[in-house]
Amino acid sequence: MVHHVHVFIQLKDGVLDIQGKAVAHSLLSLGHSSLQSVKVGKYIQLWIESETAASAKEQASAMCDDLLVNGIIEQFRIEVEGE
Amino acid sequence: MKTAVVIFPGSNCDQDVIHAVRTTLGTEVAEVWHRENDLPSGTDLVILPGGFSYGDYLRSGAMAARSPVMKSVARHGGKGGLILGICNGFQVLTEARLLPGVLLPNRTLSFICRPCFLRVENTATPFTNRFPKGQVVQFPIAHGDGLYSLPEDELKALEDRGGVVFRYASPEGIADDNGNPNGSLNNIAGIISPEGNILGLMPHPERASEALLGGEDGCLFWQSILSFLEKGGR
Repeated sequence: MVHHVHVFIQLKDGVLDIQGKAVAHSLLSLGHSSLQSVKVGKYIQLWIESETAASAKEQASAMCDDLLVNGIIEQFRIEVEGE
Repeated sequence: MKTAVVIFPGSNCDQDVIHAVRTTLGTEVAEVWHRENDLPSGTDLVILPGGFSYGDYLRSGAMAARSPVMKSVARHGGKGGLILGICNGFQVLTEARLLPGVLLPNRTLSFICRPCFLRVENTATPFTNRFPKGQVVQFPIAHGDGLYSLPEDELKALEDRGGVVFRYASPEGIADDNGNPNGSLNNIAGIISPEGNILGLMPHPERASEALLGGEDGCLFWQSILSFLEKGGR
């Protein structure tokens, strides 16, 4: 069956998140004064043909290692629908 | 000296660099499409040019780094062959793990296109042997993702081994924050591999290789490569 896989990618702690900073600055200037911090990441959806959700997750993880994620600066989390 | 310029979908400085090598050195330059599996035989220097390969989607250089031709490029580098990545080419080299670190969005979050002063930090390389150490040169920059970054311990190791070849500086050669256009750590503009054969830099020497185009500081860059190869370097 085809599994719908969600990949969430974020900069690792300590990596300068310039986009997050800029977005935070903009939100604060719009009056959202309770805002403490913003992190900007990526959200990628994959549809993977696979027998099991576990195998789909494994394949998605391999795709992250091969291309989707730069392990030097980014970390990721995978969710498989119905898992 | 045989040069191969790799062209990815979205490369846009390929013709500039071909023109610069041909007019400065008068040597042979081949164009290699990214889907090729092999480099032309006898290639001495591979150049990954500037541009926006694959539209810079996902991360700058990420998809180009996985193009078929990059296996041959890595093999060429593994045998000690010269590889030069300019701007997007530098991003491709880091994504391919042929050079350490990453290039993050400029701290200004804007695309910066302007002339820039650089201090030549290491002249014992195939790419800079004709420059006097500490010379200030002017090459233009044109990039959105040029903030060179790597973890602190690796940064120290890079500095300790003389891996920084070019540093952003003032016209007087002072490499402080005022001379840093994009927020690169330690004002780093260009680095070389530990083996000394793979160089990546964000500024464009090919756009500073003709007086008509605003400067000739890049000529010594190309002449350095030719000198190195003529003295028997691979």
